[in-house]
Amino acid sequence: MTMPFYVAPEQVMKDRAEYAQKGIARGRSLIATAYADGVLIVAENPSRSLHKISEIYDRIAFAGVGKYNEYDQLRVAGVRHADTKGFAFSREDVDARSLANLYAQYLGNVFTHEMKPLEVEILVAELGANGRPDQLYHVAYEGTITDEDRFAVLGGEAETISERFAADWQPDRDRAEAIRAAVKALAGPQRTLGPNDLEVAVLSRENGRRAFRRITDGELAQILEGVEPSPAEASSPAKAAESSPRTSGGADDQAAVESGG
Amino acid sequence: MALPLFHPTEDPGPDFSSLLRRTGLPAVPAVPQGTDFAASVRHATTVVALRFADGVVMAGDRRATEGHAIAHRAMEKVFPADHYSAVAIAGAAGFAVEMVRLFQTQLEHYEKVEGVNLSLEGKANQLAQMVRQHLPLAIQGLAVVPLFAGYDTARGAGRIFTYDVTGGHYEEADYQATGSGGRDARTTIKLGFREGLSRSEGVELAIQALYEAADEDSGTGGPDVVRGIYPTVSVVTADGYREVPEEEVAARFQALIDRKRAERETVGGPVSGGPATGGPVTGGPVTGGPVSGGEPS
Repeated sequence: MTMPFYVAPEQVMKDRAEYAQKGIARGRSLIATAYADGVLIVAENPSRSLHKISEIYDRIAFAGVGKYNEYDQLRVAGVRHADTKGFAFSREDVDARSLANLYAQYLGNVFTHEMKPLEVEILVAELGANGRPDQLYHVAYEGTITDEDRFAVLGGEAETISERFAADWQPDRDRAEAIRAAVKALAGPQRTLGPNDLEVAVLSRENGRRAFRRITDGELAQILEGVEPSPAEASSPAKAAESSPRTSGGADDQAAVESGG
Repeated sequence: MALPLFHPTEDPGPDFSSLLRRTGLPAVPAVPQGTDFAASVRHATTVVALRFADGVVMAGDRRATEGHAIAHRAMEKVFPADHYSAVAIAGAAGFAVEMVRLFQTQLEHYEKVEGVNLSLEGKANQLAQMVRQHLPLAIQGLAVVPLFAGYDTARGAGRIFTYDVTGGHYEEADYQATGSGGRDARTTIKLGFREGLSRSEGVELAIQALYEAADEDSGTGGPDVVRGIYPTVSVVTADGYREVPEEEVAARFQALIDRKRAERETVGGPVSGGPATGGPVTGGPVTGGPVSGGEPS
């Protein structure tokens, strides 16, 4: 009878952590930061269609680094969780904290029980409402969850980028300034990043019910060159549709639909 | 609630109804067989939709009835489905409102999961499936008949779809009305409709249609000047879904009432039954065939 090799649990965990870290380090990083109107997320991503940053719900955004198929699966699960919860209860009851906890539990579970840990780091950002501040939840590959209220950096070079970004951190910057600072920190002293290397999105208090909006290449190019885009270009149809005033009749069933709408 | 993760072979994809079934929330409620159940359930009544130069106008009265009694005076029947489309409901109010909520969530869910919007035709088909699932209840007298209209960004035009209880859906060329006062509303629009109406003319025609429907049908609520409750009117164009401000609707109804009163005084007797608009009479209502499923829009 052959005896299985004994491997110390410390060693198993160490190996898994190393494996996950290596996978994450291969991908590019992203920065999420609070700015004057909400939360800004800037990711280094040359792809136009395979997104790192996405909308989860009215005031919640998702960002992931590492292996695309793994964090995209988590993104879809997040959308499903939020939409089901909002449908079963009400839109107000969907919050980032419970979603971040679910992600943390799942990642932690996979890390300890499965052969291969997930090679991802995840960010769940929530735009504050009713006096609650904006919140950034950073979930690591092994399920560690941290909440930040200034900024969070995810990815392989998180520490160096974090130092660079913290060095010239200011609260309540406007959108263009915050984008330029984040791009500068992501690029570092050696490189410059253009609009084609970046994916940028905001959760903005200006956007009505669905706060998430991507900043497109043209608009981003202008911001990076230091020209503020005109308000006409910046406005989206989503904004107009969602912020249109609703007449209130005080009906119960109508209120249910409004909050469900 | 656990994180809804699925094995790749069992993934529900962007279908929210299917997701609900898997997570154990019933998408369609089950109701026991019963007789004359319908009379004790709230019903919503007349809604209209018509095409104009830049898109579509959709409007609905505010009354809900329970049998012969008025159950609600300020019910809302016209809703945004998403940025570029609107849905209006007639029929059993409870189910209809729930169907709208499911439809709205479905469209947003698809958009978020897939990263693109459904085509207008795709949205119309989605709603048809929901109406079809409701058929067993419709047979028991709890029918839900929605009206769906939107701005087709690919074609650059407004389009209107009507439904029957079996989920059959048909594209209308110009206008449609449904609900208990639908017939009167439709006749009014028929007489006033022409190609290329402006926004203002389109909104006015929808308001006239609801006025005439309320005049003839007990289930349809007219403008409630005492309480300040007016029908809701929305417009969908290339700029997206917009609700017509209540002040504008109120002013238009007031002007219509003033015109009616003036007509009555000049005639010196009861107003003759003809419709208020004197527009050219177009042919009968033109109905398009059933929507072909795979046709790109």
